[in-house]
Amino acid sequence: MTGTRKAVAALFLLPALVLLGALVVYPIGYSIVRSLYDANGDGFAGIDNYKAIFTDDGIRTALKNNVIWVVFAPAVSTALGLVFAVLTERVRWGTAFKLVVFMPMAISMLAAGIIFRLVYDQDPDKGVANAVWVGVHDTFASSSAFPRAHPGRESPLVPQGGGFLTRSAVRAGQPVALPLVGVAPDQMPGDAERAVAAKAEPGRITGTTWQDFTRGKGVGRLGAPDPSELGYAGMRIEAVKGGTVVASAEAAADGTFTLPAAADGARLRLPASNFREPYNGVDWLGPSLVTPAIIGSYVWMWAGFAMVLIAAGLAGVPRELLEAARVDGANEWQVFRKVTVPLLAPVLAVVVVTLMINVLKVFDLVYIIAPGSSQDDANVLALELYRKGFAEGQPGIASAIAVFLLLLVIPVMLFNIRRLRREVRR
Amino acid sequence: MRSKSSTIRTHRAVTTGAALLTGALALTACSGGDSKSGDGGGDGGASASGSTVTLPKLNGASLEVAAVWTGTEQKNFKQVLAEFEKRTGAKVTFVPAQDPIINFLGSKIAGGQPPDVALLPQPGAIRQAVDKKWAKPLGPEAVKELQKNYSQGWQDIGKVDGKQYGVYYKAANKSLIWYNTKAFGNAGAKEPKTWQELLTAAQAVYDSGVTPFSVGGADGWTLTDWFENVYLSQAGPEKYDQLAQHKIKWTDPSVKQALTTLAQVWGKKDYVAGGADGALQTEFPASVTQTFTGGDQPKAAMVYEGDFAQVNIGDTKAKVGTDAKVFPFPAVGSAAPVVSGGDAAVVLKDSKAAQALATWLASPDAATIQAKLGGYLSPNKNVPDSAYPNEVQRKIAKALIASGDDFRFDMSDQAPQAFGGTPGKGEWKDLQDFLKNPKDVAGAQAKLEKDAAAAYGNGG
Repeated sequence: MTGTRKAVAALFLLPALVLLGALVVYPIGYSIVRSLYDANGDGFAGIDNYKAIFTDDGIRTALKNNVIWVVFAPAVSTALGLVFAVLTERVRWGTAFKLVVFMPMAISMLAAGIIFRLVYDQDPDKGVANAVWVGVHDTFASSSAFPRAHPGRESPLVPQGGGFLTRSAVRAGQPVALPLVGVAPDQMPGDAERAVAAKAEPGRITGTTWQDFTRGKGVGRLGAPDPSELGYAGMRIEAVKGGTVVASAEAAADGTFTLPAAADGARLRLPASNFREPYNGVDWLGPSLVTPAIIGSYVWMWAGFAMVLIAAGLAGVPRELLEAARVDGANEWQVFRKVTVPLLAPVLAVVVVTLMINVLKVFDLVYIIAPGSSQDDANVLALELYRKGFAEGQPGIASAIAVFLLLLVIPVMLFNIRRLRREVRR
Repeated sequence: MRSKSSTIRTHRAVTTGAALLTGALALTACSGGDSKSGDGGGDGGASASGSTVTLPKLNGASLEVAAVWTGTEQKNFKQVLAEFEKRTGAKVTFVPAQDPIINFLGSKIAGGQPPDVALLPQPGAIRQAVDKKWAKPLGPEAVKELQKNYSQGWQDIGKVDGKQYGVYYKAANKSLIWYNTKAFGNAGAKEPKTWQELLTAAQAVYDSGVTPFSVGGADGWTLTDWFENVYLSQAGPEKYDQLAQHKIKWTDPSVKQALTTLAQVWGKKDYVAGGADGALQTEFPASVTQTFTGGDQPKAAMVYEGDFAQVNIGDTKAKVGTDAKVFPFPAVGSAAPVVSGGDAAVVLKDSKAAQALATWLASPDAATIQAKLGGYLSPNKNVPDSAYPNEVQRKIAKALIASGDDFRFDMSDQAPQAFGGTPGKGEWKDLQDFLKNPKDVAGAQAKLEKDAAAAYGNGG
């Protein structure tokens, strides 16, 4: 090469080199340098920042979560993408289906985060996930009528095993009062009527169970039904003697009930089944489920991406091979397992590796979806980097995390480059 | 809410002699500045009739004021600036700033064009501005006006190393409990004055079938504010200051007592809407709105937070003053606590006009204008009660002023950000864990102390 040609070559390379240098090489270099200095940037800290990465609890959680992310998010997305791609090939409306699955890719991570924050909302009236879950649950186990009823002041009842038990034994001919408070008026059973004091009946045990609370007045007359107080219609009452139920009854609309003489001398129990709490659904964004939940939202976004790439690869698979296998007597599963997947292996590798790189830097979804109370449990390295660098004023440690992330990405990138080279050579 | 997000937290201000020195230099270098004031001489020019503050004539001078306020707040503040223009003849431009304002100012100063005056939240931000040699001390007129109108406590938090830098123009009262009047009425509960009465009211509400409290536990700062109120009232201002500076440990018995007290609300079954798990996923705005929606059957009857909760109540159909009322945080110890926040005007470019504006903002005249427009609290004790547009606002303001020097600034805002201001970390996280498991007082204390030690120990 002559000197002029070298000069020309250099001239042409220069803009790219300058841009690369200024925008990529310099920031990387500076991050490495910065990671060796302390928070203020003027004291040399050596590898202290790196030591901090591996001793800080928060960063350790982040690291653990990153591993979970890298293992599961690309794997699940690719698997789903593969399934979609193979199935849609056979369906007449395949393109429409693909379009729908690919649609979430058109949404920004931020918007997806906001959407899934709502999807996972604890309140079944807001969060779709819990709405479905609670709906399914309640068809099998319904909640009770008086979930929050509890004894008021000077109550004859004491809590026992989720229900309530009278302090003393009941006697035939003496009406019993079983007052509770705490049931909101519009949660009272629809057929509840004004509570009335039970009349004494010889040889039987009578009583009333009612809401001993008058709107705006507190309890009113303590332990006796006031005019506007309602009976606990449908409340179950059990008479317990020596640990066994000897008789049981259900309260009428006005809260009155009658037990046979067998209950004489027994203590009355309002069993726990009356007070079962309504099912509140799954704690999606609680400490234990938050990471899988966010990975779910990631899969929602990226399965479409995997599907499109794999479908493109699938189009390149020679039909004859599949036909040949079928002719040889292979069933569909064997064709898929032994022919399609091996032929698609290079594409699958590209998809998995691309997603891995993508997942290592995941930030926005976690930042937006995890509520403050479980952000710590959902932490990932990129988020920790942001928190350390911009919220806690520790750019040294943040830089160290950045360098560490770079180290994690390098092997994956090397793999990608080597594979690309091989591809080119082929 | 906003006053929270605009939080700039103390960067472990190391007291440097240099700051003092600059202060002194700036003071001597005063008067020069770049004020283009035409007739810089006379002091007593423009006092209109009925005004209580004397301002110089500043025809031709122009000023820039930076604050993070937006919307109505900004519009109202501009009216205050307009009155200043009318009285002095200076021209004032409002520069909308972004959060965190200290970073915004940093870029402005680096660009050589700082605003003349900026409104900074929290004492830490003022100290930061002083440490960076941005802030200039107040001149004698402004200091005089301040001394006339502000209690010692409000003057002191505008001081750095004994020198007055900030005029607290706007205050927040974070010692309030908002309640749903219907739920209280149905339960026959009354506004409590003491912690015991609060528990009684809560029980009455609970007996009526409504959950007493709504807690926005997804945002850790609502929990630190709860704690601060209980602690300030129970342990007293001195201990509060010591804990804020980490001079006493979080393992102190006073902290144990405060947490145990808090557990009487947080730890009682069915006292917190949605239970602990539900509360931990409820953000502050939702914690307010769920208290004031649902007619007779709101998700909760009471929600604790500062005056800024009004904004969120505005998102519901409830009317402040009729459907939503407020009472001061009840006294846990001998006196009811007043935990506050606020924005202080700080002079960044020393000039006669800038000093005059600081003086103006310290005057009751300025505060009265904005108070009348609503949504604003002044720490200025000479603002008449009648200036506030409604009963609720008046009550909040009265409680704030009545606390005299016993109010305290939000403790978590004074702490290093890693401890007092990061989601999922430090005090926020530890109190969230405590909300989840209120029985473990000792464990919570140990965690708080560990995190505090780490956060107060490093950086600077």
